[in-house]
Amino acid sequence: MEYLIRFSQLHETFRSAEIQAIAVIEGVDLRVISYSDESPFCVVRLPSEDAARAIMRRSVLAHAIYEHWGTADTYDELHPIIKRDTAHLWPQYVEPSFKMNIDAYQGSRSSSKKQLALINSFSYLPFKGPIRLSCPDQEFTIFEQWEFDAVPLNLPSPLKVHFGRLIACGVRDLIHTFDLKKRDYISTTSMDSELALVTANIALAAPGKIFYDPFVGTGSFPIACAHFGALGLGSDIDGRSVRGDGGKKSLRGNFQQYGLEKLLGDVFVCDLTNSPVRRARILDGIVCDPPYGVREGLKVLGCKDPESTPWVVEKGRKMYRDPAFVAPKKPYSFMAMLDDILNFATDTLVDNGRISFWMPTANDEEQEIGVPTHPCLAIVVVCTQVFNKWSRRLITYRRLPDAEVDLSALAQQKKMKHEAQTNGINADDLNPFRRHYFRGFKSEQDLTDDAATDKILNTT
Amino acid sequence: MKILSLNFLTCAVKACKSSSDSYPLHPKDAELVQDEIEVNAQLLVNLLPRLDWTALSTTATELGFPALPPQPPSAEDLQADDKTLRDLHNLLMETQIMEGKLVCGNCGHEYAVREGIANFLLPSHLV
Repeated sequence: MEYLIRFSQLHETFRSAEIQAIAVIEGVDLRVISYSDESPFCVVRLPSEDAARAIMRRSVLAHAIYEHWGTADTYDELHPIIKRDTAHLWPQYVEPSFKMNIDAYQGSRSSSKKQLALINSFSYLPFKGPIRLSCPDQEFTIFEQWEFDAVPLNLPSPLKVHFGRLIACGVRDLIHTFDLKKRDYISTTSMDSELALVTANIALAAPGKIFYDPFVGTGSFPIACAHFGALGLGSDIDGRSVRGDGGKKSLRGNFQQYGLEKLLGDVFVCDLTNSPVRRARILDGIVCDPPYGVREGLKVLGCKDPESTPWVVEKGRKMYRDPAFVAPKKPYSFMAMLDDILNFATDTLVDNGRISFWMPTANDEEQEIGVPTHPCLAIVVVCTQVFNKWSRRLITYRRLPDAEVDLSALAQQKKMKHEAQTNGINADDLNPFRRHYFRGFKSEQDLTDDAATDKILNTT
Repeated sequence: MKILSLNFLTCAVKACKSSSDSYPLHPKDAELVQDEIEVNAQLLVNLLPRLDWTALSTTATELGFPALPPQPPSAEDLQADDKTLRDLHNLLMETQIMEGKLVCGNCGHEYAVREGIANFLLPSHLV
């Protein structure tokens, strides 16, 4: 049977990735019949109504799913389609109470007279039950898809019309449940609730699984994973972000706020490049938003310049047992860290376990940072959230079972080390994205031009 | 820090990774607390094949728990026997080291645990 999903028209590139991931979690065979990033309507084939309900139980980006009764360019074409394809379904809905909705995307059906006329054009449906506007047994919806700006342009008719019977609503309420504004403890880089939940969905967080976030901060990702039933583990190089002020204002406090404490595995303080996590295939999923040096510094353990500051190393040798000792940190390359993350995922994920991480890039083609690859990890999907001059991508990989890994590519990859990139000293040398960000994503040419202009201005 | 995590973690020093003495880390002056957490059977069954049972036995003995059986229970055992399930749940999920140290058996480095959060950051000469 075909079902119509009404998505929210936001985070477009994440939508099909989310429902496909949920289909994998629920073990449901889902086929997308029609989908476009420009439209909130998507037609899918699913084995049953129960399957449709299962998808909606976890979907954050879908408003609802409907039994698909017909799609056409005009109402004159839609009615014959409904009569032809769904007449066998009608007898079930003769008795129950019902309600008709109109959902006009980018358009408006504001006059109640017109609304009523539209609903009455469906009067050939033999629904004899009482009409109930609240809590009816069945809800039917007329969907209209209008061209952009249809209302001010005063367009006469929609581009497309759909008709469907409501099966189940998605869980967009969760966005408010986990809203950062209502969370007791957040920091500058806490991931917003909607995208954290979507990330947990795409990474296949589910009951009985173990998920790990190596850049846990205030715990947005493990909280989202725990909501879907997974045990959330996390670590951070900065213990202060994990501890917070203690009590409610801490990562544990956040878990308590949502009643998810039973699914908080553990948090510890460590650095990904010197991680204590045992190299064994123990994790079902890794989700993270690594620091990229703009809001949050990108640092790892080590002394920035041991030759000119040997006392830093010496102090560590003597003092490290002191509870007040703070381990020195140095700037690190973003590209090297992405490689470290992929290597870590390769070593610790179970077969077909997923890693989903966020990565920024400039929109300008010349400054774009490519999607990193690893022979043991297959890219599942890349979703993009576009800002003005830069975007961030959610990249999801699947750990290939060893039998499927291309061994020659693996040998090649081990040989290639990103030595050149790890050799820089300051954050800008190490991190091209940071450099471009603070230059406003201007090209080298623009920068030279700007410098020349400044010179002229200064001399005159 | 849960005993479960202790089974997943080893010494952070790179040179120790190859030594079998570096795992498991040995608790020292450990203050234990018992949380009360609902039993999550599905999680435990899933965890079972990922646990290093020998290391878990060592940790349990060091913390004064009764000795574990030499072989890990099977998934069927866990589902059939409520007591085995509860005992394992109590050890892995409910027992926490709140204060104390974790010591590497190879290099002797001590990692402090404060308020249940272990610190694995290393001084520069060990990086």
